[in-house]
Amino acid sequence: MTINQDDAVRPARAAEPRQPREPREPRESHARSWKGPGGGFLVKLLLMMLVNAIGLAAILTAYRAQSWVILGVMVVLLLVADWIYFSKRAVPMKYLYPGLIFLAVFQVFTLFYTGYVAFTNYGTGHLGSQQQAVDAAMIQNEQRVEDSPSYPLAVVRDGDELGFAITDADGVVSVGTLDTPLEEVGGVVVNEGGTPVEVPGWEVVPRADLFSDADLQAQVTSLRVPVSDDADDGSIRTREGSTGTVYLSTLEWDAAAETLTDTATGVTYSPDGRGSFVSPDGDRLAAGWYVGVGFENFQRAFTDSAYAGPLLQVALWTFAFAGLSVLTAFGLGLLFALIYNDERLRGRKIIRTVFILPYAFPAFMSALLWRGMLNSEFGVINDWFFLGANIGWLSDPLLAKIAVLWVNLWLSYPYWLLVTTGALQALPGDVAEAARIDGAGRWRQFRSITLPLLMVSTAPLAIASFAFNFNNFTIIFMLTGGGPTFPGASVPLGSTDILISAIYQISGVAGGRADYGLASALSIVVFIVIGVVSALAFRQTRKLEEI
Amino acid sequence: MTSPSSTVPASAASATPTAPRRGMSDDERRAGRRRRWWKEVGWKYPLAAIIVFYAAFPLVYALSAALSSRGSLAGSSSLFSDLSTVNFEALSGTMYWTWVVNTLVVCGASAIGAVAMGGAAAYAFSRFRFRGRRASLTSLLIIQMFPQTVAFVAVFLLLIALGEVVPELGVNSKLALICVYLGGALGANTFLMYGYFNTIPIEIDEAARIDGASHAQVFWRLIIPLVVPILAVVGLLAFISAFGDFILARIVLTSEDNWTLAVGMYQWVSNQLTSRWGLFAAGSMIAALPVLALFLSLQRYIVGGLSAGSVKG
Repeated sequence: MTINQDDAVRPARAAEPRQPREPREPRESHARSWKGPGGGFLVKLLLMMLVNAIGLAAILTAYRAQSWVILGVMVVLLLVADWIYFSKRAVPMKYLYPGLIFLAVFQVFTLFYTGYVAFTNYGTGHLGSQQQAVDAAMIQNEQRVEDSPSYPLAVVRDGDELGFAITDADGVVSVGTLDTPLEEVGGVVVNEGGTPVEVPGWEVVPRADLFSDADLQAQVTSLRVPVSDDADDGSIRTREGSTGTVYLSTLEWDAAAETLTDTATGVTYSPDGRGSFVSPDGDRLAAGWYVGVGFENFQRAFTDSAYAGPLLQVALWTFAFAGLSVLTAFGLGLLFALIYNDERLRGRKIIRTVFILPYAFPAFMSALLWRGMLNSEFGVINDWFFLGANIGWLSDPLLAKIAVLWVNLWLSYPYWLLVTTGALQALPGDVAEAARIDGAGRWRQFRSITLPLLMVSTAPLAIASFAFNFNNFTIIFMLTGGGPTFPGASVPLGSTDILISAIYQISGVAGGRADYGLASALSIVVFIVIGVVSALAFRQTRKLEEI
Repeated sequence: MTSPSSTVPASAASATPTAPRRGMSDDERRAGRRRRWWKEVGWKYPLAAIIVFYAAFPLVYALSAALSSRGSLAGSSSLFSDLSTVNFEALSGTMYWTWVVNTLVVCGASAIGAVAMGGAAAYAFSRFRFRGRRASLTSLLIIQMFPQTVAFVAVFLLLIALGEVVPELGVNSKLALICVYLGGALGANTFLMYGYFNTIPIEIDEAARIDGASHAQVFWRLIIPLVVPILAVVGLLAFISAFGDFILARIVLTSEDNWTLAVGMYQWVSNQLTSRWGLFAAGSMIAALPVLALFLSLQRYIVGGLSAGSVKG
């Protein structure tokens, strides 16, 4: 965004009456003045020092981690920040910049990244880049080298992090952990066998602990400490916790030909174009990387026999759930508003306060509360209203849908009660009076006068509420978890799953098989629906014209 | 509340004037009035009782379960059969209070951040005319329609990547979750605040500027004190929305001592619904009461904020 300096420093709609001024020294901006009132400049200087310190530290770690994209973004962000806050020109940006950074990184970027992931096969078996896949494959195929030297080894610990300290043939001691390769350390005390007994910065784990603690033992025997950053150099492992030996991968990476060759069997694995290494026999290595797959994820969602059927049901239910939720809550809220917006009633305030109690109760707790109340065995609903019958409110597909709608109605009718009460009170009284004089009955008045006038102010809210319920993950996940699951389906979806909870199940972010590609593709579908709904809302409110 | 009072409210009588008929005794007239009162107003009281029951009984039931000495769902149907604080005491044997602190930290920080960044942005949009202003407002309006929660997969992957560089911004960090919430702050709140900022007369700024005030002084000394009501509303809405968020908190915070209430209490109930019912009820009472009190006392402002665009429930 380029900023017109002349406009920028001038307040809005300033008519700028150029008053005759005495000639004087050009005043220095407050932003650079040391003696500005209140020491604002000093505060700014301190804040910017802090920002720069944190930024530089982050840039250094990004450099060490070799994340060039993050490094580049951070450098740009920091330079722009410094320019904005020490320049006289970018006044509006001084106020917008912090918010814009968060917006750009955590919302705009994630939206576009969703779009990118939707066209890849990112997920279990296809994580990270090709280089990461190669490293992972080599690590998985590491074996002890036949005549490898063994080094005296001590297990060291720093908090929860375990590492190895080894002494090589020259008596040099190096320490490394799972994530950091071996690095030489000084000031180590070794015993006569060459085993390190005191390592600065680390606590040496006594041998006795290893024997007594089976958990620790398992951790130590599965720990691999890379010899260097290069996976080709192999790693140090130990079987008993006192000597370390070098393990090397049986796979050999040929960067030019992009093939992995197993030196033990002579089999060559080459990329198959879909992010996996495959041997001529069709054997696939577990580690893969992600590649673009075009519209395959979308195609899978609509045509794959495992997904298409359940997803269609889920999509239909999502529309039904969102639509019915708005309709029922709006209807009930409006009905209550019409009945209790009556000046002749006493205690209206108290009545209304109790009416909106469900809305003030946090939604996720309400959903969990109802989950218990609707329990078929011990639930209070069955106990009180159905003579203790074991009705499976949350386990029968149809009843579960009714239960979800019922609970959502309980949660959200107060919102509409509040909104419609406000809208009713704002309605002009003369129109209704004219209709009454013309002989319109109550129903006629409501249908032809009140409702149309009410819709003007509440329709945009109804559309927003539809969009909200379309993604109302909390109530579905808390109340039914999407269940009961579709009988016979191979995907973990159920009758009350809506699209967002289906995406959650498929994505595998909470464990299980991950399929980020398909999940993102479905997110895109949701975005399209929301986009269309919002476009409708725009036409209703014409908000854009008000800007 | 349900027993009809014998006196007819004056407004009811005057609203429907009746010509006195001949041969009608006082008693008959009174009976006629009462009938009409019942038809017009009286029936609303018994109906209100039913609705009050509908609205409040789950909450009363939860209160009863919290105060019961029994900790399980079984047998919780008889209300207030015994009163004890066993469940409340048992909370200290769990991670509950850790989660409360986590929730307060995360929600408080995101509320403060949302107010600060939203307020600053609204000031810029309302008080400065700069190139790209209209386009920024329009794109903000469009971006805010696409909720972050739907892009949670990308949020998750982004945090994994960030965590490799800055562990404080990676998965399982509260700071990362706060940042994610702040990412949605500008879109959700700027318009609400922008509208309010526009109602503050520009002449106030102009007068201050002629007196030599800088833009920062106008912002901190003049505008902020005048917009405190909207700051409070936005802060409260941001707090409540962070409090109620489950999906982002769940994927970001992986270890139990980092969980917020939503994640932790879900875990209680989803694993062992029946045996931890008392704990859940007691925990939800403690957590909900402040929210309930805050909400009911600030009802008026919140409703204004709600109808201005943001929706809960």
